[in-house]
Amino acid sequence: MSTPTIGVLALQGDVREHLAALAAEGADAVPVRRPEELAAVDGLVLPGGESTTIAKLAARFGLMEPLRAAVRSGLPVYGSCAGMVLLADRLLDAPADQETVGGLDVTVRRNAFGRQVDSFESTVRLGEATVPAVFIRAPWVEEAGPQVEVLGRVVGGAGDGKIVAVRQGSLLATSFHPELTGDRRVHALFVEIVREARGRRSGAVAGEERSSS
Amino acid sequence: MTVPDPTTPRATGTAAVQRGMAEQLKGGVIMDVVTPEQARIAEDAGAVAVMALERVPADIRAEGGISRMSDPDMIDGIIAAVSIPVMAKARIGHFVEAQVLQSLGVDYIDESEVLSPADEAHHIDKHAFTVPFVCGATDLGEALRRIAEGAAMIRSKGEAGTGNVVEAVRHMRAIRAGIRRLSTLDETELFVAAKELRAPHDLVVEVARAGKLPVVLFTAGGIATPADAAMMMQLGAEGVFVGSGIFKSGDPAQRAAAIVQATTFADDPDVIAKVSRGLGEAMVGINVATLPESERFATRGW
Repeated sequence: MSTPTIGVLALQGDVREHLAALAAEGADAVPVRRPEELAAVDGLVLPGGESTTIAKLAARFGLMEPLRAAVRSGLPVYGSCAGMVLLADRLLDAPADQETVGGLDVTVRRNAFGRQVDSFESTVRLGEATVPAVFIRAPWVEEAGPQVEVLGRVVGGAGDGKIVAVRQGSLLATSFHPELTGDRRVHALFVEIVREARGRRSGAVAGEERSSS
Repeated sequence: MTVPDPTTPRATGTAAVQRGMAEQLKGGVIMDVVTPEQARIAEDAGAVAVMALERVPADIRAEGGISRMSDPDMIDGIIAAVSIPVMAKARIGHFVEAQVLQSLGVDYIDESEVLSPADEAHHIDKHAFTVPFVCGATDLGEALRRIAEGAAMIRSKGEAGTGNVVEAVRHMRAIRAGIRRLSTLDETELFVAAKELRAPHDLVVEVARAGKLPVVLFTAGGIATPADAAMMMQLGAEGVFVGSGIFKSGDPAQRAAAIVQATTFADDPDVIAKVSRGLGEAMVGINVATLPESERFATRGW
């Protein structure tokens, strides 16, 4: 199978680290700032950054509706930290007018662990694996809908047991920043999700072509 | 492979957490604000963070006197007004102002030459803090000395409060040229380079190998227009501090939003042209060449 093209929304945030992690996991990683660039990718990462800034820039440059349409049409999307906030259907502790892309049936609390002096490094159990995790003014998932699979929770300390990694179909989100640690298992999982989605789509297209002939 | 202990206690204030915070600000604009109302305007315009201070640099310049850390009530008011990170300035070497700012819960401390220095030989030992620090630098050696002291982010100094980008350009070019030069040196030459830069050898080697600073590099000091911000990004800045340039201009909300957009689309002149229209008066600038040495902020810090 050919290399999947995965975009990183490059309006603001730690874009370069995500591009590097995706490339190291075998994807063709490209920055995305315009609707036509979004239309050309097989999957998208919403990076860490400031979610209010990213949302405002997306709205101003006509990306918000294309992003929503892409999520509705099944584009695989992974959001880390601010990216999790942007994927959430519902927010707590956000400015009243903060928009999100949505699609993930969760309620996310912004800056849930506190301010920067409360930011921390720890480990998170993701299924069988234990991964190092850096939390920076991080959100957590307050409530998750029935379709949402909980992948990871915080162990110990403030927020013990809070949900910090989730998946719903082709949507993946973490409160923490795997792009900062050099441990690429979350990116590897996302590249796999993108490959599967692409396989399904090309299979479906082939099927349509057969039935129409 | 060793499996990390899942019960590892959480660690705050580590290099990864401090430097990682600055990584999240990249591609963004950090705006000086002196009131909660200004902080809200900055957040609405798309600022990634605000810098709380008592007077913007242009007013510090105009009014003179000793400038210090801001009133804690003012900082509390700004923290309460916005959901984005709040930074605040401490005087160079004034470690107790820094302790106070940490206790107030600010997200980043700027050990800043814009305030009156409290120590003419020593900067703050920034390793002693949980809260991360950003420091100014005019060249690579100064940047590396600050990083050795624990700075988790560097900004080129420029000349704050002038609305004149010429010093920001000079300092950004000096830092970037210093980095490029290191990458051409062999192992023997790097020992001499460390001596000349007056910086720790291990940091010099790290920069020579990586071709970049080990922390995020922003720009500051004199950025007043969308085109200024975009030029600094094209010169290698990873983000922009705007001080007096916004709230000393005719239409702060619109200018702030325009600078945010120009920073994201720094390489797209069509966008910069579009956002530069109808902004009203830019701040009145100062010709840096006519500034006496004693009134230059950039020479503060050692």
